[in-house]
Amino acid sequence: MVDDFNKIGRILPAPENFLDAELTREITNNGLNLERRGFLLKSFMAASAALAGGVALTAKAGVTGDPNILSLPAHSKTLGKPVAANPYGVPSKYEANLMRRESPGLTRVSAASVSFAPLQGLFGIITPSGLHFERHHQGWHDIDPTTHRFMINGLVKNPKIYTMDDLMRLPSVSRMHFIECGANTAMEWGNVAVPTVQYTHGMLSCSEFTGVPLSVLLDDCGYDKKSAKFVLAEGSDGSSMTRTIPIDQALDDVIVAWGMNGEMLRPENGYPLRLVVPGVQGVSWVKWLRRIEVGDKPYATKDEAVHYIDLMPDGQYRQYTSIQECKSVITSPSAGQMLLDKGFYNITGLAWSGRGKVKRVDVSVDGGKNWKTARLESPILPKCLTRFNINWVWDGSPAILQSRAIDETGYVQPKINELREVRGTRSVYHNNAIQSWKLTASGELTNVQTY
Amino acid sequence: MFKRIDLLIILIMLATSSAYAAQYKNIGRTATEDEIASWDIDVRPDFKGLPAGEGSVEDGEVIWEAKCASCHGTFGESNEVFTPIIGGITEADIASGHVAGLVGNKQPQKTTIMKVATLSTLWDYIHRAMPWTAPKSLSKNEVFAVTAYLLNLARIIPDDFVLTDKNIQDVQKLMPNRNGMTLEHGLRTVNGKPDVKSKACMQNCETLDRITSVFPDSARNSHGNIQLQNRTFGAVRGVDTSLPAATTLEESISRYKNSSLSNENDAVSSAELEMQTLAKNNNCLGCHGVKEKLIGPGFNEIAAKYKTDKNANTMLVKRVKQGTSGNWGDMAMPPQTSVSDADAKTLVNWILKGN
Repeated sequence: MVDDFNKIGRILPAPENFLDAELTREITNNGLNLERRGFLLKSFMAASAALAGGVALTAKAGVTGDPNILSLPAHSKTLGKPVAANPYGVPSKYEANLMRRESPGLTRVSAASVSFAPLQGLFGIITPSGLHFERHHQGWHDIDPTTHRFMINGLVKNPKIYTMDDLMRLPSVSRMHFIECGANTAMEWGNVAVPTVQYTHGMLSCSEFTGVPLSVLLDDCGYDKKSAKFVLAEGSDGSSMTRTIPIDQALDDVIVAWGMNGEMLRPENGYPLRLVVPGVQGVSWVKWLRRIEVGDKPYATKDEAVHYIDLMPDGQYRQYTSIQECKSVITSPSAGQMLLDKGFYNITGLAWSGRGKVKRVDVSVDGGKNWKTARLESPILPKCLTRFNINWVWDGSPAILQSRAIDETGYVQPKINELREVRGTRSVYHNNAIQSWKLTASGELTNVQTY
Repeated sequence: MFKRIDLLIILIMLATSSAYAAQYKNIGRTATEDEIASWDIDVRPDFKGLPAGEGSVEDGEVIWEAKCASCHGTFGESNEVFTPIIGGITEADIASGHVAGLVGNKQPQKTTIMKVATLSTLWDYIHRAMPWTAPKSLSKNEVFAVTAYLLNLARIIPDDFVLTDKNIQDVQKLMPNRNGMTLEHGLRTVNGKPDVKSKACMQNCETLDRITSVFPDSARNSHGNIQLQNRTFGAVRGVDTSLPAATTLEESISRYKNSSLSNENDAVSSAELEMQTLAKNNNCLGCHGVKEKLIGPGFNEIAAKYKTDKNANTMLVKRVKQGTSGNWGDMAMPPQTSVSDADAKTLVNWILKGN
């Protein structure tokens, strides 16, 4: 299956050999003299004239090849645009197909909805900030950072107010972490429901976040080390989103962040301040963060008492489910895509774990009967996306592509039936099952379930 | 003497270097009590944080009809805008504290009252985030009243009940799913025990050998044309889901070679798209369709109704901003205070032009 590819791609003969092979060899061996230089110049001018005349002329001259090479494009023959023509750069106009998209019918109100990141077309592990998935509970705002305030109160010696000026003077850290909504892949608990990886797994993004560790701020306020058991994080938007975080976690690697991928957070991602809670579902990464309260009991807020609770088959709801367990998905080729021909492909995808680093990813092309270990690309960081790749030659027969990640705790990404045995089919949240893409002989991939 | 000076220098140096240590001097300031009171509004399950106050079922009904019913329905049953709040519980549930309808998926649509175990959650959330377009605008007594009305709709408290900070602990004891939450799982902490211990078999592994679920052909184009959601170059292409699936590789190859792979043929013009985006960004499209009735009338219906009305423009801008009811049925349109005057005018102009 792997490493036995026959050909690298379909290469058409290029038309660059306007010098014959013998002359080329001689020039290589003996260098250029004046006579030869004159001959070359004539050849070159003849070739240029032919190119200027377009494809038909080249054919007449007996030259064959790709008109994109034979006939120089405008960008090779005209002056380009100046620097700072786009003072804030934007993607090429040819990239307009890759954008955040809503899943029709998922929600009725776009201010309390989701837009999914186009994982099918992304490379490496960093999500471009403009393509980071969105989840808002009561719409988003672009908040004036000079008016934004951050409060710490509750079980602290000195309840404090920080401005952005204050926070950004403090010693900061920059760390790369994934953020995944607890409801990512939720629509697939019972059966296949959506067409592509953008909708099955697109509530997933990964960025470098910069901010001050929450532990620094809690220390600065003199939190009560004896009684503090939890903190409550609260946003400043209309929903004033609130989530409970255990104190051990809050002191471990949680960041009060303003930076994302080298610039400030985007408004849709919490500008100017959000909480980063590595390994934990996105709902706890409270955006437009205004307050941390230190307490001794959990808060049972709306998003931990009505939503983001996991229904078990016995009718009990699991409360305060948070950790995003080890998971992976092949992003290309994936459902909704088609292969261009038989031959070589790089199967590529993402793996991650809320409990640490990804240790290994295996890939199957026969629906889980046989597996080969994929290459993990660096960096491999804890609670961060890891890119995997594996070589594959498609022989034209039907296949079922799957990936399976293993994290440093030894936890193996489960099959959907294994999850369902414990949690049933109505759990909504925390579906980290192995994903299957079916490839038909026509080259088209679709979303299927098998185990 | 000499030594003393040395010691003094060392002490001064120590004092200087300590300024680099733990204390972040001149960063932040102590919060005032009023500031804390303004923001610290959370109410815990033990009702820590609940302010004094009271509200009757009767008062709650009035507030509900004016400010809540347009999204949640008169009886909190509506599934039009948000998932239903009320329904799916029985007297037996109130007695046991376990909602029986949650077991074995007897009731596919779970309402809020079926799920929520803690009354504090309802009070806290209504207070901090409702109504939808004007969060934090209800007084504390109004929040008590709306909460009481919801509990009455769920038949948890009687019609003449007045909910107060004094009796709320007793009402908590009637919450139908009060015993329905569990903390017995491994997803709370990073070291928690996972549910599943799967094995990483590598060769000749046991599989079901059949597909249990597929994405239906009929839904092929349900998320728009997937071809236009992929690059037009690279290792793969997006499938043209506006067409039925190709049957052979040759057919697929000829399709992608002959496809323009451009967005040019999108039916909606950019000007129209701009208006629809404006309508969406002002949250109009949750209740109004451009071409169809949703909860409120479709924009096409509004255009048709006021075609000959010269005053329609001014009147509708006012209705958008101040709210309205009785023109298109029972459902009131709440005031849209977050829509700017300029946007309201632009949108009304566009709506009246007809689409």
